[in-house]
Parts: sequence; structure tokens; C-alpha cells
Amino acid sequence: MKVLVPVKRVIDYNVKVRVKADGSGVDLANVKMSMNPFDEIAVEEAIRLKEAGKADEVVAVSIGVKQAQETLRTALAMGADRAILVVAADDVHDDIEPLAVAKILAAVVKEEDPSLVLCGKQSIDNDMNATGQMLSALLGWSQATFASELAVEGDSAVVTREVDGGLQTIKVKMPTVVTVDLRLNEPRYASLPNIMKAKKKPLDEKTAADYGVDVTPRLKVVKTSEPAARAAGIKVGSVDELVSKLKEAGLV
Amino acid sequence: MAVLLLAEVNNGELSMDATAKAVSAAKSLGDVTVLCAGASAAAAGAQAATIDGVSKVLVAEDAGLGHRLAEATTDLIVGLAGDYEHIVAPATTDAKNVLPRVAALLDVMVLTDVTAVVDGSTFERPIYAGNAIQTVQSSDAKKVISFRTSTFDAAGTGNSAPVETIGGASSDLSTWVEDKVAASDRPELTSAGVVVSGGRGVGSEADFALIEKLADKLGAAVGASRAAVDSGYAPNDWQVGQTGKVVAPNLYVAVGISGAIQHLAGMKDSKVIVAINKDEEAPIFQVADFGLVADLFDTVPELTEKLG
Repeated sequence: MKVLVPVKRVIDYNVKVRVKADGSGVDLANVKMSMNPFDEIAVEEAIRLKEAGKADEVVAVSIGVKQAQETLRTALAMGADRAILVVAADDVHDDIEPLAVAKILAAVVKEEDPSLVLCGKQSIDNDMNATGQMLSALLGWSQATFASELAVEGDSAVVTREVDGGLQTIKVKMPTVVTVDLRLNEPRYASLPNIMKAKKKPLDEKTAADYGVDVTPRLKVVKTSEPAARAAGIKVGSVDELVSKLKEAGLV
Repeated sequence: MAVLLLAEVNNGELSMDATAKAVSAAKSLGDVTVLCAGASAAAAGAQAATIDGVSKVLVAEDAGLGHRLAEATTDLIVGLAGDYEHIVAPATTDAKNVLPRVAALLDVMVLTDVTAVVDGSTFERPIYAGNAIQTVQSSDAKKVISFRTSTFDAAGTGNSAPVETIGGASSDLSTWVEDKVAASDRPELTSAGVVVSGGRGVGSEADFALIEKLADKLGAAVGASRAAVDSGYAPNDWQVGQTGKVVAPNLYVAVGISGAIQHLAGMKDSKVIVAINKDEEAPIFQVADFGLVADLFDTVPELTEKLG
């Protein structure tokens, strides 16, 4: 079984986000970038499937700017076998929308013929939570989103999903798209020898045009602004003071 | 201009709060038709017909639509889509599962977690865990939107919109195996007026009982930070934050929660925030209206008692 894992290069989750003064977006120039944390979980799960003998090849794919090859090298250092970079933007501030990403991924799937696509459930930049579901739709495949457990059994997969009321377990036909949630696993750190080895693993470079996909955005960003700040509160010295403040405010 | 709104229906029951909030978010877009789909959905449909601002209710009952499996629900909606310019839903995990699939089949972008409607094609939504608010204008002929329910007031009731039964849909791509849902008498997290949440500082699943006792005293829902859920102190459906639930109650009490960005994303629109934490440098105090720097193991039982 071949597993395809799409990974996205996003602002590092520890970096404080700054909105550009002109309202055109978030400042990404000279900011530390990393693999989207949910995608790291997807890469880890794919590697574990390979280690368990359920998968024989793990292919990482990233769509975006040329610098996304660093993100792919991280996936290779974790244990992916090879990588495909699809260059679709020149400027780091140009985010490729989930619909266009899903169309490119669908084309990659037609070439690579994986049985399983493992994606992060959302990226921590645009928080759209859409690419996996869109890819599944375009392929006419089954989908299992927000996975916290995954078991591949022959021509189907049993997936436990984190949903509003608790957990839901479903069985999906393979091939399938699974999007992963936080508690599926804890991703490994790449060791230095593996980072060195990853530099020699194959990384193919393509463009969106190679797949005939138009990446023109459907959503025009009118403006990006800072959220309304909360007014500073006060510190209370005791439980009694807290209770009287809450009573004054009519909250208890 | 017409709007198709996918109601939140679970096991035949309408989630009134989420659905009524989505109706209020959508009503400026046009006439709202509510779709209630499920293995049984007629009772939910009758209830949805009472929501003010609803012009029609469609009920689709089919075993294949049970458990809100994405493939069949998507096929049903895509089949109806021709009559509508906007296809919307409350931003629940069910809708987040289904709507992007619908959008892809209609060849349009999806807009998730929308917090404000500017006009029929322009919407606001938070990005970067709520650290920025983006206003986006869609150029697509149809707009597929999920609304973040915590930012909209629920529409009232008293309406009696006509109810029409339509055909169902099914798919053999996926099948339901089981649900693990914790039964609780507490209010639902996303609609509760008061929420008491515990974090890593609570220290264990057993000590989470302190949080639950305080919550019960206040008639509150119980929440948790991601750290507490990851550590196994609390179940996943209690998680408040960027990837969990987004809440905006009148009162939010954060106990032993440091206030990581992704937690703040889920609660910083609460009207009043109380933080109890022994670390006075904890970022949660920057958003708290009332902060108490103290050991939660002393403070929370005392607070529970004194609120009596």
C-alpha cells in the first residue's frame, strides 16, 4: 500500500502573528516557518503504518512556494521515502486555496495511485479545515475526518473520529482520505543522521501548470485586521473578593 | 436569493441552539430553507419550522443519512443546490465534515467559521487561531459557509413554516460502527451561559472533580484546555480552543490554564473571564477580567463553598 501525505509550510506555531499595518495580511517575511503541526501527525501515522508492515511507501507532497522543499525535507527526515514539490506561488504571502490544492492533489493521486491519503485536519494559518474533504470529493472516495485512531484492515479502514458529542467510529472503503486530529499520535523528532540521509532522498519538482490546475483564488482578501483587544482586567486578592466582584456584576 | 441551511440533527433530534444561531446568521442573505436530514428527521423538521426567519423546512429521511456520514449527506445537498445561492450550516464537526465536500463538488471555495456577514458575498472569519480577522469576498456563484455559532444570537421561535418531505440519499463508501457519547445533565458546552474549564494545572483526571463540582454549583458546562485533554484528564469533547470548541458564555472561569494562544482562540470572546492560576505570569491573566493568583486546590473548593 502506498500512502500519500500532503504537508503545508506554515508560520511556526510558536511565532507571534503580526498583522501588516496596511491590512493586506499577516507578515510572513523573515518569520520562522515549519510544517503544519497536524501534517506532522499525518506524516508520523504514515511512517508508523510502514513500520507496522501495512504500507510499503510513504510519499510526501507539498504545494506552495519553492521554500516548501524545506518542509518536505523534514518529512523525509522523519521517514517518508520520497517527496513531490508542486510550486504554485512565488511570494510566501500567496496562500493557495484548499480547492486549488485539492485539485492539484487529485492530479497527483491519479499519477501516484495511493490507497490512502493522510492529511492534517486543518492548517494553523487559514484554519479552513477543508482540503482533505475537498480532495475526497474530487476523487469520489470515502472520507474520515478528525481521526484519533486509525486501523487499516484489508480493503477498508476503521477510523475513530473526534466529534462534538464525543467519539464516532466509522468504517470506510479504501482508497480513502483520512484527516488527522491532535490525539492520533505524537510525532517523532528527526535524528541528525536521518536529517543527513533525507538530503539524498528523491524530491521531484513540478508546477501547478504541469497538472493543468488554475490556482487563481476564488476568495479576494478585502482586508486583514487585528482582533478587538480585551480591556485589561484586575487582580483580586482573595476568594471573598472574587465572589463579591462576581455578585456585583450580577454573574452569580 | 435563497439560502439552504443544513440543520444540526443528531439521532433524530434537532440541536435547536446551533441551528437557530445559524438561522440568525443567514437571514440577511435571503429566504432560509432549513434541511433536516437523518435516518429519522421528521420531529427535528417540525421543531425547525418553529424558528423565526425560516421560510421552509425540507425533511429527508433515509437510513443512509443516519449518523451524518459525509458522503450521503453531501450527495443530498448537491442534488438540492441548484435552487440556492448560499448553502450554510452552523460550524459543528458534522458541518465541517460535510460542507467542504459539497463545495468541491460544486467547484466553489468553502468559507468556514464565518463570524460576520458583510454582504451576500463578503464575510469575516478568524485566521491564525483568531490572531487576525480576515474579510474575504467570494467570486463564486454559490457560497458554501459555516457560521461560528458563538458569535450569533439564536433566532427566536413561534414560527410555523411549511414542512416538505423530500427523497433521501445513501452511499456505500462509509458505514457507521459506533458512537461513544458521554451522557451528562450539564448544559451543552457551546451554548452554556457559564463555562468552568480546567487545564494542566489540575494535575489528574481525579482532581478534575474539583472543576466539575464548581461547574455544577454554577450550573455551568465543563471545558478543558488541550493540555488537559492530551494528558487524559478530560475527554476530547470538552476541549475549548482553536481546534476544539469555540465558546462565548457570559462567564468563563479558567482554572489552572496558562492561556496558550490556541486556548484563547476558543474563549476570548466570553463576556467576563475569571482566571485562577498560581503563576502570576500566566498569559491567561492578560485576557481575564478578574484574576486570582492562588493555588487552585485551596481556591476552587473555597469558591465552590462560598458561591452557595
